[in-house]
Amino acid sequence: MVGGLVLLGLVAVLMASLPLYASAYTVILITSVLMYVVLALSWAMFSGPTGYISLAPAAFFGMGIYTAAVLGFKLPLALVILLAGVASFCLALLVGALTLRLKGIYFVIFTIGLVELIKNVVLWYEVTFTGTRGRFVVPVDNNTIYYIMLAILVLLLLTDLLIRRSRFGLALQSIGEDEHAAAHVGVNVNPLKTIIFAVSAIFMGAAGAIMATRWSYVDPYIAFNPLFSFMAVLMAIFGGLGQFYGPILGAVIIAYLEETLITRFPYHYMLIFGIVLVATILYLPGGVVGMAPKLRSWFVRRRRAHPGG
Amino acid sequence: MHILEGNAVTKHFGGLAAVSDMNFGVDRQEVVGLIGPNGAGKTTLFNLISGALIPESGTIRFQEHNITGLKPHLICRRGLARTFQSVRVFPHMSAHANVQVAALFGGADGISAAEANRETVELLEFVGLSDVGAVLAKDLKLPNQKRLEVARAMATKPELLLLDELMAGLNPTEVAQAMELVTRIRDRSITIFMIEHVMKAIMNVCDRIIVLNHGEKIAEGTPQEIATSKMVVEVYLGE
Repeated sequence: MVGGLVLLGLVAVLMASLPLYASAYTVILITSVLMYVVLALSWAMFSGPTGYISLAPAAFFGMGIYTAAVLGFKLPLALVILLAGVASFCLALLVGALTLRLKGIYFVIFTIGLVELIKNVVLWYEVTFTGTRGRFVVPVDNNTIYYIMLAILVLLLLTDLLIRRSRFGLALQSIGEDEHAAAHVGVNVNPLKTIIFAVSAIFMGAAGAIMATRWSYVDPYIAFNPLFSFMAVLMAIFGGLGQFYGPILGAVIIAYLEETLITRFPYHYMLIFGIVLVATILYLPGGVVGMAPKLRSWFVRRRRAHPGG
Repeated sequence: MHILEGNAVTKHFGGLAAVSDMNFGVDRQEVVGLIGPNGAGKTTLFNLISGALIPESGTIRFQEHNITGLKPHLICRRGLARTFQSVRVFPHMSAHANVQVAALFGGADGISAAEANRETVELLEFVGLSDVGAVLAKDLKLPNQKRLEVARAMATKPELLLLDELMAGLNPTEVAQAMELVTRIRDRSITIFMIEHVMKAIMNVCDRIIVLNHGEKIAEGTPQEIATSKMVVEVYLGE
C-alpha cells in the first residue's frame, strides 16, 4: 500500500514535470499515448462492466474535434474543451437513450453506423452551407496540449474510481452479468446505462478538442475516423478489462507499438494490430492483466517440478 | 384482504394461450402454491406479476395498487420480489455483492451503504451462506446458488416473494432444508407465492394451492382438497 502510493507519487511528479526534461518529440509522443489512454479508459468505464461493445468513441471524439474547430477562434481554450465534453455528453445521452435497449451485435452495428452517419451529416453541412470541406483549428503549443491531456486523464481516473467505488459501479456490473435479474432486484437499468455511457463520452469529446488544436486542420474524414473506435477497443481488451489499470497498460503498449510499427511497416501495421487483437481474444481473454496470475502459477509449478532449479 | 390480486389476466405467445382469463388472489401472510404440468403457464404468470411480461388484458393489483405493465424495478421497489426457475445469480460477483446490489437498489430510496452492508451480512446469515460471502456466485453449488437468490430477493424487503421452483434439482436432504427456509421466511411475515413440482414440499408448506393447466385455473383449495380432487389427479398427478 505504502509502496503503491510512493510509486504513484513518483509517476505523478515525472508526468507533471515531463516538458522540463524531455525533448519536444517525447512530449508529443506521450501526448498521443495519453490520448489513447483516455479513449481506452473511458471506453472501458462503460463497456467493461456492462459488456456492451460500443464502437462509437470515434463519434464522440470527432464531436469534440468539431467543437474545437467551430468555437476555437471565438472562445478561450478551457471553455472550448469544457463545451466539447458537454457536446459529446449530450450526443451520447441521445444515442444511449435511443439504442441502449439494443442487445449484443445490434448495438455494435448501430454504433459503427453512428460514426458514419455523423461524418456524412457534417460533410453535407459543410459542403452545403459553409462551402468548404475542412476547417482550420486555432493552434496551441505542445506543452499546453500535453498538460490539458494530462488533466483530462486525471479527471477521468478520479471519475472512474468514484463510479467503481459507488453503488452505481456495482449496479453497472450486475447489468453486465444479467440485465433482467438486475431489473428484478430494483436496478433502473436503462437510465443508468445511458448516464454512464454519456459520462464516458465527456472525456472522449474533451480529448478530441485538445487533439484538434495539434492537428490544426481537420475535415470530417480526419475527425470521424472509425480507427479511433477500433483502437480504443483493441487497447482496452488487449490490456484487460478485469482491473482499472488494464486499459491503461493496453493503451500504453499499443500506442508505443503503433508509433514504432507505423515508421517501420507503414503499409502492414494495421495487419499486425489485427493479429494482435485476434490472438488476444483467443489466447488471453483476460488481457495482459489477466496474464499475471497465469504466469505466477506457471512459475510456481516450475519451481515445484524442479526444486532448487 | 388480498395482497395480490389478478383479474382476467391473459397472455398469448403466438396463437397459444399461455395464461388465459385467469383470476387469482393471494392473502397477506399466506403461503400459496402454484402447480400444474409443464407448459401450464406457471412461470408465465410469475413473469406477468413481476413485470417481465405485460399482459394483453386483465389487471394485476398489489397492495391495492394497479401494477399491470409497471417496469420490473418499480414492482420490485413496491415490495414484490422473485427468484428464477433456472438460477440467475450474478455469476462473476461475490455472494455478498449479489445481495448488496439488491439491498442498495431494491428497497425504498435512500438506504446508506453501511445499512445495506449490514442487511447483506444478516441475510447471508439467514440463508446460511455466511461462510461463502466472498466466493463468486458461479463457484457455489446449486443449492447454495438457490439460497443466494432467495437472500438477494429478500434484500429488496419484499412483502410478497415469488419463488419459482426453489426445490428443483435438489436432493431430499436439500429439499428438507429448503422447506425449512420457506417456513422461516413466512415467519418473517412475508407472503409467499411458490411454483413447485416437489409434491411433498408443496403439500407440507402451503396453506392453499392453485392448479393450472393449459393456462387456465382448473382447481384451487387446501392441500388436502387438491390431493383428493379427481380432476387434479387426472391431469396432473397422473392416474
